[in-house]
Amino acid sequence: MTIEHQERRRAFGFVTPALIWTCAFFLVPFAVMVLLSLAHLEGREIIQTYDLDNYVKIFTEPSLFKGIVVSLEITLIVTVISILLAWPLAWIIATQVPQRYQRLAIMLAVLPFWTSYVVRSYAWALVLGQNGVVMQALIGIGILDEPIQIMATRAATIIGFVHFFVMLLTLTIYSNLIQLSPNYARAAADLGASGWNTLRLVILPLTLPGIMTGAFLTFVLCIGDYITPQILGGNNELTMPQLIMLQLGRRGDFPMASALSVILMMLVTLAYAATARWLKMERV
Amino acid sequence: MKRVIQFGTGSTLAVMLSSTALMAAEELNALVWCDHTDPALLEPFETAHNVRVNVKEYEGTAAALAILDQSRPGDWDVLVIDGVDVGRAVDEGRLAALPADQLPTASFFPEVVMADNNTRDGVTYAVTEKFGYNTIAYNKSKVDVADMNDMSTLWGEKYAGKIAVYDYYLPLLGLVGLEQGINTADLDSNAVEGMRERLYALKDAAKSVSDVVASQTALATGEVDIVIGGGEWLTAVLSAENSDMDWLVPEEGALRWSQSIGVLEDSTNKDLAVEFVKYITSPEGQARLATSSCYWAMPANAEAGAILTDAEKTALRWDEQADYLARTQLYPTPDADLDLAMQDLWTDMLQQ
Repeated sequence: MTIEHQERRRAFGFVTPALIWTCAFFLVPFAVMVLLSLAHLEGREIIQTYDLDNYVKIFTEPSLFKGIVVSLEITLIVTVISILLAWPLAWIIATQVPQRYQRLAIMLAVLPFWTSYVVRSYAWALVLGQNGVVMQALIGIGILDEPIQIMATRAATIIGFVHFFVMLLTLTIYSNLIQLSPNYARAAADLGASGWNTLRLVILPLTLPGIMTGAFLTFVLCIGDYITPQILGGNNELTMPQLIMLQLGRRGDFPMASALSVILMMLVTLAYAATARWLKMERV
Repeated sequence: MKRVIQFGTGSTLAVMLSSTALMAAEELNALVWCDHTDPALLEPFETAHNVRVNVKEYEGTAAALAILDQSRPGDWDVLVIDGVDVGRAVDEGRLAALPADQLPTASFFPEVVMADNNTRDGVTYAVTEKFGYNTIAYNKSKVDVADMNDMSTLWGEKYAGKIAVYDYYLPLLGLVGLEQGINTADLDSNAVEGMRERLYALKDAAKSVSDVVASQTALATGEVDIVIGGGEWLTAVLSAENSDMDWLVPEEGALRWSQSIGVLEDSTNKDLAVEFVKYITSPEGQARLATSSCYWAMPANAEAGAILTDAEKTALRWDEQADYLARTQLYPTPDADLDLAMQDLWTDMLQQ
């Protein structure tokens, strides 16, 4: 046996526990879920069939299909807003804050991570309410005459999400920015580029791995989140995770919940395919 | 596939319970509503019997029966279930006979003994433990109380955007039916479909469709002034801090809910499970259950009144029960198909 073979076998030995773990806790449950998504609920009995009726129903039943549309709309809006807010914040921390204070600045930026996700969502419910801080401040400074409804709307869900995901994106973009050599900007300036053009044509493209990694994580976490839309959205429109919970918690319809979950995973896979060329972990 | 789910559920339950197995000589596993998760309710029984009571919350009878279907026989000992659904559970052979002579039903409010539901052929399978109302809860400093007596005003402009709808399809469809003059016992698929536009209009007038906690929060913070489907279970906890939180039964009537408790036929610990049922229906257990942390409501056993404080009885409207019991109807009792149709309508309404 050659040394190369021995090393390959040893490497395989190291990987084996992770492979077993992935098979046992991801691939096998996923296969079970796919099989279950092809079954039917008759009365309360799950009948194992092998057809696509549940999937057909999801795309033909308006209330179910709307769940996909609502989830995608909210996720895309949250991702775009979070990028637009996180990039300048990360750039300021990476380039304008003295290096010795950068760690503190990042820590402050991610401070809300330290609180429970559920508690943070309920806190937003109180802040955005009719008698909440935001509304009272807007009335106090004369922008509004009377409270408007933010709580229990899509806007409340988006605000709750953006608050969380800006922190995440700031981290990935900052990690990318501090790896960029200052020579890129100097070279651009030597070649006559203005500061704006250097930012737009040099720095921004070089931070795409950080942006896309954060955007992908935002997409995955946002589209699969149940808590924020449930607490802040007021059940005025249902996202896919809320529909899945309805199938499980009320109807006991595991096949339909599985079919919705499979579609959710397919959307995540599509998001991965769309961003894969930028997902270079060594750059973030 | 069913075996795979049963294995998964069983394994999860086994892992969940194994960590507590060494803490008490015996264990009792109960499938319950959230009011049974209050440690103040469970601890006296656990101490008296040196037992650990493991509780799992569920929402809606369909979900409870699905959990039972997907569990192994013997996984669960006690079931708390909607009073109107006891018959379903008995038909399916889920519940064991209870020793009726050891249960204090003689001291219950007569209207909530509900022998038609809890017994079959002279055998008692469950016993009512708590009841209350799905009706109109409101902040009386923000609304005209006279308006609350007429349910149809809630569809008008006056309170648009100031209403939360309790997110539970059975009592809410029952209430919408009552507003349209349909008794809950007469709700069939045609009647339910006929309520579609009225339900959508209610959603338009409402600010949110919320669960227990969100409804309470919305009413307490002034986000909404009215909760349709609310009742003492929603306002009693809040009224201690804000006496403006109130509720009434409107002219059209309202829904009366009741929950029953029984022992599962497959239980391997029936004697202890019966002891738990006896504890819950005793005056002491009833007083604790009536004021448990998740929600308050009337105890079935009238002798609990001797233990509850005057303030607690006032919050529960103890003295007005005769009138309320006479003017309220039981939940709809849909069969499996109608139940799914009602849930579909509810989901459609949520997505409007």
